[in-house]
Amino acid sequence: MTLFAEAIAWIFSPERLLGGNPVSQRIGEHLRYTLIALAVSALIAVPVGYLIGHSGKGREVAVSLAGAARALPSLGLLTILTLVFGIGQAPVAATVVFVVLGVPSVLAGAYAGIEAVDRNVVDAARAMGMTEWQILVRVEAPLGLPLLIGGLRSAALQILATAVLAAYVGLGGLGIYIQRGIALRTYDEMLGGAILIVALALVVDAVFALLERLAVPAGVSGRTKRPSPFRRRALTPATAIEGAG
Amino acid sequence: MIEFRSVTKRFPDGTSAVSNLDLVIPAHQTTVLVGSSGCGKTTILRMINRMVDATSGTIEIDGDDVATLEPVRLRRRIGYVMQNTGLLPHRRVLENIVTVPRLNGMPKAEATELGLRLMDTVGLDRGLARRYPSQLSGGQQQRVGVARGLAVDPNILLMDEPFGAVDPIVRAELQTELMRLQVTLGKTVVFVTHDIDEAFLLGDQVVILQQHAVVAQRGTPGEILAHPASGFVSDFIGAERGKRALRIVETNGSRVVVDADGRPAGVLVDGKNGS
Ligand SMILES: Nc1ncnc2c1ncn2[C@@H]1O[C@H](COP(=O)(O)OP(=O)(O)OP(=O)(O)O)[C@@H](O)[C@H]1O
Ligand SMILES: [Mg+2]
Repeated sequence: MTLFAEAIAWIFSPERLLGGNPVSQRIGEHLRYTLIALAVSALIAVPVGYLIGHSGKGREVAVSLAGAARALPSLGLLTILTLVFGIGQAPVAATVVFVVLGVPSVLAGAYAGIEAVDRNVVDAARAMGMTEWQILVRVEAPLGLPLLIGGLRSAALQILATAVLAAYVGLGGLGIYIQRGIALRTYDEMLGGAILIVALALVVDAVFALLERLAVPAGVSGRTKRPSPFRRRALTPATAIEGAG
Repeated sequence: MIEFRSVTKRFPDGTSAVSNLDLVIPAHQTTVLVGSSGCGKTTILRMINRMVDATSGTIEIDGDDVATLEPVRLRRRIGYVMQNTGLLPHRRVLENIVTVPRLNGMPKAEATELGLRLMDTVGLDRGLARRYPSQLSGGQQQRVGVARGLAVDPNILLMDEPFGAVDPIVRAELQTELMRLQVTLGKTVVFVTHDIDEAFLLGDQVVILQQHAVVAQRGTPGEILAHPASGFVSDFIGAERGKRALRIVETNGSRVVVDADGRPAGVLVDGKNGS
């Protein structure tokens, strides 16, 4: 318990808040790496995931590639890429590693969102004379949005946790405290850094949880007026209730 | 007029849904396709708007081979109403109804006006315009489906068991409403059902189908009832049993019509009014 107290004291020490190596700057770096990697992941994975979800083709290939990407050890990949690109290009190497980590979750969210849309609705949209693009943009994408945001949410958390590694190639972020703590055996710093990462992850998770909820289209959420604060995937229980009724 | 000429449909998995169908569907009338489950009714319907492409044979609408028409354009001028309504759950009632006019570029104000008028046409309270489909009853959803089918004022209206999912009372209401509408609109309606009573009620022409969409008989309800073409047809329409096999029984000087079980179905009166 004293170690915790020391870690908390370390976080709130004047030097952390205002000094030369302030927490705010590290949090900023950490968030920046996370958001950039998340954006790049989305740029790659959303179009591919939508294509898979809409056409129903290529799912197996995507699943196995995503599985392989998930299995890559991030630290090893980061080391290799930094050596290959040169230490001057470390930010690029780190971003690539984080993107590799983020893409599978976003991809899964994107195609699962499309696949979850009632096939009858899609069929009716096509029968009315919507083009494939109109079906994707006006029907499948809005109805699949909550699941896509769910995918972004888990990608964000994975990247955020792994962004600790940025410190190992001299890029800062909250990992720097842990790295230094280990090297210098300053356990209050190490634990303080870890607490900050956990707190940041909780905040980011909460923000995405809110977005996920807001993304449920009005007509769909209208079915489940009952507030259920522990609902993670808004779409799934809604469809489940539908099916049961 | 819609004309099927030697139309065959085999699905990629080898299922033969329609084999060598010849059928003429006259304009401005209601043609009802009726037959047991899996006999190919939906497939026939969906070949008209190219949701399904025929394996061989030709389908013509007013002389144009549908295979030569662009599917999206073709579908936008054909109304389609389906059993499970297929309404867009994230769009309000009004938006659902005018989806296609909006896709065709109709300005919003004009579309709103049109949508509200269509709600009147199908007997929906205008107050429901801003609801979502999930906030409507099954019968109301079906009416929205019909309104949406009518939104581009199509010559052809395809209806695939549109009243299959509602209770008998609402179903009767919707049937009456459709007949009322058809009197004024005079669309070429192709209506699919497996309920022979519904077929006889709504159809100017009734087509009784066997497996693989083989036409067992085609004619007006009167013709079919009076002269079933085969044992299959008389079985299907229940000519020898239930409420169609009626007999006249004399009781105390008045003539009572009874069904096969001897339960009274009505009395016989003189005069030639009615049909
Ligand atoms: N996409 C498909 N792929 C393979 N077989 C199909 C497909 N669609 C329909 N079929 C088959 O074709 C046959 C005719 O199907 P269809 O849906 O036209 O029947 P239906 O008369 O509408 O039946 P129901 O009254 O149950 O709706 C059935 O044997 C069905 O299993
Ligand atoms: Mg069918």
